[in-house]
Amino acid sequence: MSNTPNIRLPSHKIFETNSLVLLIGIVVAIAIGGIVEVVPLFYLKNTIEAVKGMRPYTPLELAGFNIYVREGCYLCHSQMIRPLRDEVERYGHYSLAAESMYDHPFQWGSKRNGPDLARIGGKYSDDWHRAHLDNPRSVAPASIMPGYPFLAETPLDYKHIKENMIAQSRVGVPYTKEDIANAVDDLRAQAGAKGGDALVKRYPKAIVRDLTAEPDITEADALIAYLQQLGTHVDFKLYDDAANIR
Amino acid sequence: MSTSVAAKSVRTGEAGLAIVLLALAFAAIFITSRAYTGAFAFHTSLFAIASFAGAAAIAWRYQHREAETPLMIDGRPNYNFGPVKFMSLAALFWGLAGTSVGLYLALELAFPWLNFSTAYINFGRLRPLHTSAVIFAFGGNVLLSTSFYVVQRTCRARLAGDLAPWFVALGYNFFIVIAGTGYLLGITRSHEYAEPEWYATSFLVVVWVTYLLVFLGTIARRVEPHIYVANWFYLAFIVTIAVLVLGNNTEVPVSLFSSKSYPVWSGVQDAMIQWWYGHNAVGFFLTAGFLAIMYYFVPKRAERPVYSYRLSIVHFWALIFLYIWAGPHHLHYTALPDWAQTLGMTFSIMLWMPSWGGMINGLMTLSGAWDKLRTDPVLRMMVVSIAFYGMATFEGPVMSIKEINALSHYTDWGIGHVHSGSLGWVAFVSFGALYCMIPWVFQRELYSKRLVEWHFWIATIGIVFYITSMWVAGIMQGLMWRAYTDQGYLEYSFVETVQAMHPMYVIRALGGAMFVSGIVIMIFNIYKTLASPALAPAPGLGAAQLAPAE
Repeated sequence: MSNTPNIRLPSHKIFETNSLVLLIGIVVAIAIGGIVEVVPLFYLKNTIEAVKGMRPYTPLELAGFNIYVREGCYLCHSQMIRPLRDEVERYGHYSLAAESMYDHPFQWGSKRNGPDLARIGGKYSDDWHRAHLDNPRSVAPASIMPGYPFLAETPLDYKHIKENMIAQSRVGVPYTKEDIANAVDDLRAQAGAKGGDALVKRYPKAIVRDLTAEPDITEADALIAYLQQLGTHVDFKLYDDAANIR
Repeated sequence: MSTSVAAKSVRTGEAGLAIVLLALAFAAIFITSRAYTGAFAFHTSLFAIASFAGAAAIAWRYQHREAETPLMIDGRPNYNFGPVKFMSLAALFWGLAGTSVGLYLALELAFPWLNFSTAYINFGRLRPLHTSAVIFAFGGNVLLSTSFYVVQRTCRARLAGDLAPWFVALGYNFFIVIAGTGYLLGITRSHEYAEPEWYATSFLVVVWVTYLLVFLGTIARRVEPHIYVANWFYLAFIVTIAVLVLGNNTEVPVSLFSSKSYPVWSGVQDAMIQWWYGHNAVGFFLTAGFLAIMYYFVPKRAERPVYSYRLSIVHFWALIFLYIWAGPHHLHYTALPDWAQTLGMTFSIMLWMPSWGGMINGLMTLSGAWDKLRTDPVLRMMVVSIAFYGMATFEGPVMSIKEINALSHYTDWGIGHVHSGSLGWVAFVSFGALYCMIPWVFQRELYSKRLVEWHFWIATIGIVFYITSMWVAGIMQGLMWRAYTDQGYLEYSFVETVQAMHPMYVIRALGGAMFVSGIVIMIFNIYKTLASPALAPAPGLGAAQLAPAE
């Protein structure tokens, strides 16, 4: 091949002499794979398993989710347990697509500098999380996680929590008008103020805490509220694995 | 010489852009006054300052420019190398900044006290700064500057647009500043390699569309009948990045006064679209764009024609068609449906062929000129980069096989793989191109080939330390996670596997430090090159001599 002169291919000439034809050729070539892989995920019903128990985040959990995103937790912690023997034994039931259906953006992660957090909810106490966030090596001496003492020192800014929920509902999270109207009360209620019953009615299984020891609700409180519900919504005693094999 | 005596008048583009910038400045001030957070107010103030500065620069340029900018001078193209010069030097700055942050992150993993328990430099906020600074700031400036250089030389035409090339150069770097400072302040979308928030990305889209128009406009002006192969790759890179960014950045801002937005997609669809984007940021930003660099600079430096014209056609179309399918291999064994995972794996394996087509075409261009590797360290750097490209594009398909991915995913093997591609291929071919192009556009003799030798060897050994330590770390951790005792219990707790990584993390940091040292040597070499007196115009570069120093 190298000894023959590079005679131009007549059939390829149109791409080499017309930049718009080349442009269209490129767009067609790159469109096919993307369309085939992405579009069916929006209409194939078996993409997201039918499960009971998934609900949107409470206002306090949503605030915690935003802190989780802000600090880049997903860069070291996955939230995606793979159906492999060791993962299921280490972390719990493998993750379902349904469990992240309200995560805008998804937090599956791609690297485990630390363990998976998909089912961290309820495994440790609030106090453990508080100590761990303050200084991870106080509870896990060999940990390489950064300390986040500033979270417990920063009051949670929830002035705009309603707007956050409205934006979430615009992208498809099923918050009702009532949920949005009660956002601030619900947020305070989950941190120990009055109104816990109404909160739990709107958000089943929401854990109401008493944080009255603190003068303000802090960012650490919100983050812990988020962490403590991770992976707890679907009741796997009732979940039928075989029915959802895809 | 231009003999025009036309009176100087304000061009439509100058007036239009100045008005748009002033409007943007006032809008930014208004948003600043109502911004929800200090971080967002900081960013909108930067927008206001930059817009005012841009408008002032247009006024200044108007006063200092000639009445007309000729496209040709004495029958030669009047090349516009100003933006090329700016971005090639910006690339050096960002290269040093981005790899230094990477080195610091490597040290944080080995010695976690380096996080200092503070918000701004903890691992989670610094890591996107590293990835964006090396990929988009360093790599992006290399791609933009070389593309503006190559498209002019291969079309033998002046860059299209009057202010547009400078708007692209400065606007792109302003975007980098907004994105980078945003990460430190906690402004992120949490999509890997697509972290900048809605306002930064919206601005980027404007810059990028301008870039595409400048590129197409220059091709339209070409004197050559055929579009050179490097320009096919540049065009595929520019267009596909536009499509990917638009697809992956569909989001709803909380408010005009908030930096926060929520993506339209969630969960499994968001994951698929993110990795459709993410893998093709690799495929089109870090591969197609840098293959374009290979197709211009390797033949030029080796003074040999491209090995096979037919191979370049076949591997170009095959590469861009197949790459786009490979995204789901980042999601093996996740909640993404199996059919999509299998498609991703199948196409990733097929991708091996066009990748090696490019490698063969690049390496075999050296036919008849292999002896130059002994005497020209710049050419050697580019040839080694092609070898790393071949290695990384073999490793990639192997890792995309589900059973192997079960071991490698979530571990440092992935980090090692990425760095053999990014340090070995992308950075080395960039260094080679910059060592060629900076002396060409500034018309200087490269200060020292010996320093290039030092750069080459220190960086190469650094890469070897880096990738071998990450192979060991990744495979070891993957095996430890799945190790069972005789009684059938998991043998290691997670934190024990972290402890076992420590020596590997130290070796990796050593490799990274060597790589950073290489860049320091390069910057010194380029500094001395620019400080040396300009060369007399070479016969082939006559026109470039006359280019106005914008």
